[in-house]
Amino acid sequence: MTDTKGRVAGINGNMVSVEFDGNVSMNEVCYVVTGGTRLKSEVIRIRGNMAQIQVYEMTKGIAAGDPVEFTGDLLSAELGPGLLGQVYDGLQNPLPLLAQKAGWFLERGVYVNPLDTEKKWDFTPVARPGDRLRAGEYIGTVPEGAFTHKIFIPFYLLGTYTLKSIVPAGAYTIHEPIAVIADESGKETEITMSFRWPVKRAINCYAERLAPTETMETKVRLIDSFFPVAKGGTYCIPGPFGAGKTVLQHTTSRYADVDIVIIAACGERAGEVVETLTEFPELTDPKTGRSLMERTVIICNTSSMPVASREASVYTAVTLAEYYRQMGLHVLLLADSTSRWAQALREMSGRLEEIPGEEAFPAYLESYIASFYERAGYVRLPDGSFGSVTIGGTVSPAGGNFEEPVTQATLKVVGAFHGLSRERSDARKYPAIDPLISWSKYDSVVPEEQIEYCRSVMKHGVEVGSMMKVVGEEGTSLSDFVTYLKSELLDAVYFQQNSFDPVDADCGVDRQRYVIRKLLRILGSTYNMKEKDEARAYFNSLRQKFIDWNYTAFGSDDFKKREAEIDEIYTSGDGKMDAEAEKLL
Amino acid sequence: MNKVYNRIESITGSVITVRAEGVRYNELAEITTRFGKSLAEVNKIDGDIVSLQVFAGGRGVSTGDEVRFLGHEMEVSFSDDLLGRIFNGSGEPRDNGPALHENLKPIGGPSVNPSKRILANRMLRTNIPMIDVFNTLVVSQKLPIFSISGEPYNQLLARIAMQADADVIVLGGMGLKYDDFLYFKETLGNGGALSKTVMFIHTAADPTVECIKIPDMVLAVAEQFALQDKDVLVLLTDMTNFADSLKEIAITQEQVPSNRGYPGDLYSQLASRYEKAVDFAGSGSITILAVTTMPGDDVTHPVPDNTGYITEGQYYLKDGRIEPFGSLSRLKQNVNDKTRKDHRALMDGMIRLYSDYKNTLEKKSMGFMMTKWDEKLLKYGELFETKMMDLSINIPLEQALDLGWEILADCFEKSETGIKSELIEEFWPK
Repeated sequence: MTDTKGRVAGINGNMVSVEFDGNVSMNEVCYVVTGGTRLKSEVIRIRGNMAQIQVYEMTKGIAAGDPVEFTGDLLSAELGPGLLGQVYDGLQNPLPLLAQKAGWFLERGVYVNPLDTEKKWDFTPVARPGDRLRAGEYIGTVPEGAFTHKIFIPFYLLGTYTLKSIVPAGAYTIHEPIAVIADESGKETEITMSFRWPVKRAINCYAERLAPTETMETKVRLIDSFFPVAKGGTYCIPGPFGAGKTVLQHTTSRYADVDIVIIAACGERAGEVVETLTEFPELTDPKTGRSLMERTVIICNTSSMPVASREASVYTAVTLAEYYRQMGLHVLLLADSTSRWAQALREMSGRLEEIPGEEAFPAYLESYIASFYERAGYVRLPDGSFGSVTIGGTVSPAGGNFEEPVTQATLKVVGAFHGLSRERSDARKYPAIDPLISWSKYDSVVPEEQIEYCRSVMKHGVEVGSMMKVVGEEGTSLSDFVTYLKSELLDAVYFQQNSFDPVDADCGVDRQRYVIRKLLRILGSTYNMKEKDEARAYFNSLRQKFIDWNYTAFGSDDFKKREAEIDEIYTSGDGKMDAEAEKLL
Repeated sequence: MNKVYNRIESITGSVITVRAEGVRYNELAEITTRFGKSLAEVNKIDGDIVSLQVFAGGRGVSTGDEVRFLGHEMEVSFSDDLLGRIFNGSGEPRDNGPALHENLKPIGGPSVNPSKRILANRMLRTNIPMIDVFNTLVVSQKLPIFSISGEPYNQLLARIAMQADADVIVLGGMGLKYDDFLYFKETLGNGGALSKTVMFIHTAADPTVECIKIPDMVLAVAEQFALQDKDVLVLLTDMTNFADSLKEIAITQEQVPSNRGYPGDLYSQLASRYEKAVDFAGSGSITILAVTTMPGDDVTHPVPDNTGYITEGQYYLKDGRIEPFGSLSRLKQNVNDKTRKDHRALMDGMIRLYSDYKNTLEKKSMGFMMTKWDEKLLKYGELFETKMMDLSINIPLEQALDLGWEILADCFEKSETGIKSELIEEFWPK
């Protein structure tokens, strides 16, 4: 606590005005003391001797004149071993521990240490006394689940330090001193296994930031092949309610080929978090063979929890992601939904009586969104290893209209756009990513020319489809009709995927490459059909076999059997491959 | 200790300000005007200027009226005596019963710790086939009934209140027409459901501020019952009126509007109410059904739109029926595999055929020839609408499933239904 004294002067919703005497910094954490509880808050504006603070709790019962204590620290996350598998609220309080302390409800003013302070970790030193070290370099490791958790020189230390002493290998708690370092002037600092970092500042202790080029497999065919996401890249999923944003993120969090997944449930339903909490401990991570929960951290600020900590929750989440990236791990941050975060900004801006921008969002909305997504990245670390933070955010546009400010501001800064459409979700075509509007700047796992070919078939087919609505089937030529059927086949067997089927949902890259070749053969052929009914029957039977094929494990006997059946039908159609398609194979 | 102030500084709409000290945020006050006493709630403090929203509204309030701060926030009395009673938004009796003052509980309390919730996995039976069979309601679910003015949504709510398998029903009426209020009272009374029902009613003629308090009163009471191991069903009508009252107050207090005049925190306001739906691990539950009328039948209007993002699906009431296509219960998958083994298959099969029927209808209206198959579909559609979709049908799920098979058998051959042969063998009427 600092010596600054403050008193509450006004209350408006979760914004409290404080008259203070002394020094206050912007975004400093302070506590409003009322009725025996201390309510965590953050300074968001300072004018003269008045500060406006946003309270992370309900403001009921605060009176003018209540004392306010200032901490001198910015809102920080505690970083150290033991983060994985935790379920935190937006301020990094572990929810199960809050439940032990306060029962059913999230009583205000109850705060718990984010990390277990009693637990002993097996520390192995790697640095030696005399080593010259900088922030972000590590002095030892502890095993955390399947991962080697590195113990760093705290990121906030500036300059070069000399290691004076380090403890021998052994078991230590996170707050026990394990090393002493000295700066240029000889001033000594003790190091423990955990330290705090202000969440609204990006961690930048890396050697170099690189362009994201390596594709992050999500096992969703439509994403990996057509609208891929790169490790260290960013993407957004806007969509109207009920279009399947959350299911898509949920599937990604299970199957994505990354080391660690951070889920920020920001202003959404509590029931969805409960679903993850119930399912994940039961599921195995194919990479490590351990429980999926051991690679997951959930930051959960559901819609009914206080708005100000909703704003904090996405920053807490991205800070944890950056921390694990520093260990040379690939981290995926899923934020659901960034619109709720933007609305939290809007609510506060309204209370501050700022001049509103479009739809009353604050004018700084765009720059806030941009700087959030910019915290993603693929980096080379001081020890030469590589790590990444990939950010995927859902957007919930009002009325499902993508023209609104949050969607537009997000589209400016992300590398891939997976737009969900009401039309596709109504037709139960999942994932409801609209292939006509979505785009990606990253590299596909399938050769680009093959994708281009499929895309042109799809576009042509859609054109025929919309024309057919006007002129009817009778007015459509047979060759156009076949193109239409081809695009429908591509949609049904490749774009659509059953995320509730364990085999279909987990469609690896090898399989995608394999299947797309099979599809190209069918899409790239011209057939000798006489009637539309014949063509329809042909493609219907292909579709049925293909869907069955999707449900068989890659390379299994069943897989080969189904494939042979597809080949047989294909041969029966007597198709001739066109030159362009032939070249692609 | 209760301070009394005799000077009101300003009166705008239903918001008044007084100069006072030591007042707490959200504290209640009592204001005595020439028309009687009313409650008021502190909703802004700026130095010694305290703003209060007067529950009875600002009309007739004089600058010289007396304001007495009560030193506590809004509370509701909780006991089993509530059952069968009717109150207004201030918690005062609307029936002829006595006022209740014991065991006061604060309203608008904190939200439930997500780690103390359990996955929704119990079906809540309503004996309405369009709900039970096609979009099963699940204990702890929150679902709006999207509708438009003129639709029988209150009749539907009353029917659910009478038929639903819940221990306690808490009904909240917001901006209710007086006739509708009487309708609820009479229907629940005649149906024998009144003894397990508590009602908090704000009618269209009552002051706006009381409207805002209704959901909080209802949910505070529901929460207390749920913590006593009761399965509580909360029925709210109409949440659009609630949102409009929020808008009215926000505009009066010169807040910057965000979308069509609604305040920027509309989503949070609605969510903090709907998220009270819960299944407590090892205790009772709250399930919420809330009517949301869509102005102009427009689902992108801010109120239904924000609601859709919060709730777990919606029932879409149109032309006096729960429309199978616009309706969705997102949690039905959690329960409909445990009811009867033909439930899911029959649900999918019947809806698919009904959708084919709709296409046929369209074809027919354009003057196309009807094939034999089309004739079958037309017969099916008509039977489906009269025997299944009518809201007055009151049969348990199993009977509704049997009825479904009967309708299918009446119209189609076994192979035409597209349902797994194994199920057809077992359930097809002999």
